[in-house]
Amino acid sequence: MPSSVVNLTVNGREQEFLARPAESLLTSLRDRLGLMAAKRGCAQGSCGTCTVLVDDKPVMSCLVAVETIEAAEVRTLEGVADGERLDEVQQAFLDGFATQCGFCTAGMIMTAEALLAENPDPTHDEVVEAISGNVCRCTGYRAIVAAILDAAGRRK
Amino acid sequence: MAKLKGRGYASVNYPTGMNLGGDPSQALIHSTTTGTFVVSLSSVDLGQGLKTVVAQCAAEVLGLPFENILIDTADTDTGPHCMGTFASRGTHRVGNAVIMAAAEAREVMLAVAADELEVDPGDLETDGTGFIAVKGAEEKRIHITDLALAAHFKHGRTISGRGIFLKEQSTVVPETGEMDPDSCQAHACTVAVVEVDDETGVVEVLEMHNAYEIGRALNPAMVTQQVEGGAWMGMSHALFEATEPYYPARDHGPADFTEYLMPGPADIARQYSVILERPADNGPFGAKGIGEMTANAPIPAIANAIFDACGVRVETMPFTPERVLRDLDALKGTT
Repeated sequence: MPSSVVNLTVNGREQEFLARPAESLLTSLRDRLGLMAAKRGCAQGSCGTCTVLVDDKPVMSCLVAVETIEAAEVRTLEGVADGERLDEVQQAFLDGFATQCGFCTAGMIMTAEALLAENPDPTHDEVVEAISGNVCRCTGYRAIVAAILDAAGRRK
Repeated sequence: MAKLKGRGYASVNYPTGMNLGGDPSQALIHSTTTGTFVVSLSSVDLGQGLKTVVAQCAAEVLGLPFENILIDTADTDTGPHCMGTFASRGTHRVGNAVIMAAAEAREVMLAVAADELEVDPGDLETDGTGFIAVKGAEEKRIHITDLALAAHFKHGRTISGRGIFLKEQSTVVPETGEMDPDSCQAHACTVAVVEVDDETGVVEVLEMHNAYEIGRALNPAMVTQQVEGGAWMGMSHALFEATEPYYPARDHGPADFTEYLMPGPADIARQYSVILERPADNGPFGAKGIGEMTANAPIPAIANAIFDACGVRVETMPFTPERVLRDLDALKGTT
């Protein structure tokens, strides 16, 4: 099968590139567009480290065939900060030290962005539910949940 | 049928480093032309924060900003030797080696600054913001960037240093079995509060209270996170993790690590952590190792809490609902 031309808007910028058949969005982001924030953890949709937003919805980019989302709007962690200025979620993760090795952080922040966009004032349990698809093996999760709640407070 | 609450505790003493044939690690440090100090190590940072902590050690000794330190752990073939990051030894061994290397580099740095400023090196001090200044005459000073350039292009000097920490091999006294295998020991205690559902056998950890005596906490935020992340791992060992199936058929077991059970964000306990600082005399700025030990005490603490809650003495990890229920049945004499 031939490669196909895919058009996406990634972090506000139009991108046009060739993708192999069934190439994952994650592969396109990392290997073609050089956006390395989304991590390749398990490559089978169970760890959440590759989470990005597609048309504002959080998806595991390792499971999305990029040719199926032609013309979609994609947002990755690289598109969250305003230049050098971190957004509320990033700042809350930094201030609350909600990261240790950092491998899950990009996915956690994108999941949090999606949650807060839809539900600006989540409860503790709603935060827990939102990040249930994102695995962290360092922090024990507590600092992450606290940081997301903190970010919600900062946005008010 | 009820949810039974119980509380248990356990303590741990944990050695920093080990005996082997001696337990050394080395560090080399040099300044680039613009005053960034590159610390070359073979020690690996796999997420535990070694780079951060040893950069703190180097910055403290050099008297320069943290941002002036660059930790390079690129290659174990070409870097100075390290025994490895295990035995909770990284901060202690590598930290000590970096301190020694940075002290030697600082001496050269001050000697070159003395030449530049035409003063005695003994009269110089670092201000922590990047300047080397004459004590009592702070206007007479030079910035590390200018100094490093001058060292390279004017004085023909390398601002560099070598460091090693060696815990020599300790042989056993045949008569008594005595030896001195480690460098210091950290101590900790965990109190776990659990709830046991006597109908389902499910154990939920509600609270973990962690008290750690770890010498000096070089980076208190990272220490607390290590304690709490480790307690989470302990809870994971105690209640979840097994490669064997929970139930008789093998195909009920996990096929890979994506099916390997560990607690998720909904299973976290409330954690309360206290750090006690009693600096170790041989530690870098008094630090002891705080690594593996954080997963230890939570496990027996949870087992003891289960006993307190329902009288069951669980002896095989993980304490799965099936095992707890079987033990409960045996206790009641219903099987």
